[in-house]
Amino acid sequence: MRPSLQQIEQRTRSIGDMLILAYFYMLAFVLLVSAIGVVTARNPVYAALFLILAFVTSAILWLLLEAEFLAMVLVLVYVGAVMVLFLFVVMMLDINVEKDRKSFTRYAPFGGLIALIMFLEIAFVVGWRSLGLPDVAMPVPHDADYSNTKELGSVLYTEHVYAFELAAFILLLAIVAAIVLTMRRRPGLKKQVISEQVSARPEDRIRIVKMEAEKD
Amino acid sequence: MITLTHYLSLSALLFSIAMAGIFINRKNLIVLLMCVELLLLAVNFNFIAFSRYLDDLSGQVFVFFILTVAAAEAAIGLAILVVLFRTKTSINVQELDEMKG
Repeated sequence: MRPSLQQIEQRTRSIGDMLILAYFYMLAFVLLVSAIGVVTARNPVYAALFLILAFVTSAILWLLLEAEFLAMVLVLVYVGAVMVLFLFVVMMLDINVEKDRKSFTRYAPFGGLIALIMFLEIAFVVGWRSLGLPDVAMPVPHDADYSNTKELGSVLYTEHVYAFELAAFILLLAIVAAIVLTMRRRPGLKKQVISEQVSARPEDRIRIVKMEAEKD
Repeated sequence: MITLTHYLSLSALLFSIAMAGIFINRKNLIVLLMCVELLLLAVNFNFIAFSRYLDDLSGQVFVFFILTVAAAEAAIGLAILVVLFRTKTSINVQELDEMKG
């Protein structure tokens, strides 16, 4: 007996679901391994590179959740700007990494214990407590012409416009704070003093001397 | 089928790993900052998963603001780190005890 069209359709859909699930597990594995890499890497450069991998992997996972705009922002802002800043700082500072290994074995059991307790607590809330509740329904995939960026923008510029402007102010604050913190006046350095230049008068600079013409 | 529980478990694992990292990396302030970034990433995962499964965009708006604040925090944190290294030539957390807190 040949399977009907409906059966074939159902079977393809379940195979597609399984593929997506397998993809999710693969990405989740990469994400967790890179997170462990960040935590345990000897060299901060490796930690930063592992963190980049974690960010890219979670951007792909966010794409699975149909949050396209935020996935792109994560790649552009985090991998493109913040992690480059991290790498700059890591390579600029001359840190001795080899002598610091004793603290790893000293704090690892305690840190692992805290992490385990915290995970069990969250798992209790997520898993056990929600057993009695009705499951959250599977979301329907959006249409092909659905634009996540447009929808997000239409909420961001209307309902949350005040918070949006506050966010802009926070970024300005970060720029000012970073510049003020890292700027330093070195003693031997020659630089412009604008106020002195502006307030300079010709009388202070030039002295006009009257004298008789010389005869030979 | 990827359910909400999948995403929540993933983010719980990520959060726990980053939390362990904060305890383990007591010698290096840069890796500590990276662990804070990982913590924020795990929180963002929760927000986006809930936003998708409850079909409510507010979660994504919140993630947007968290990303902004996290970027500002990273910039200021690294600036403080650079000044610290300039004055003490070390970024070991255990040597930062001038304030006797």
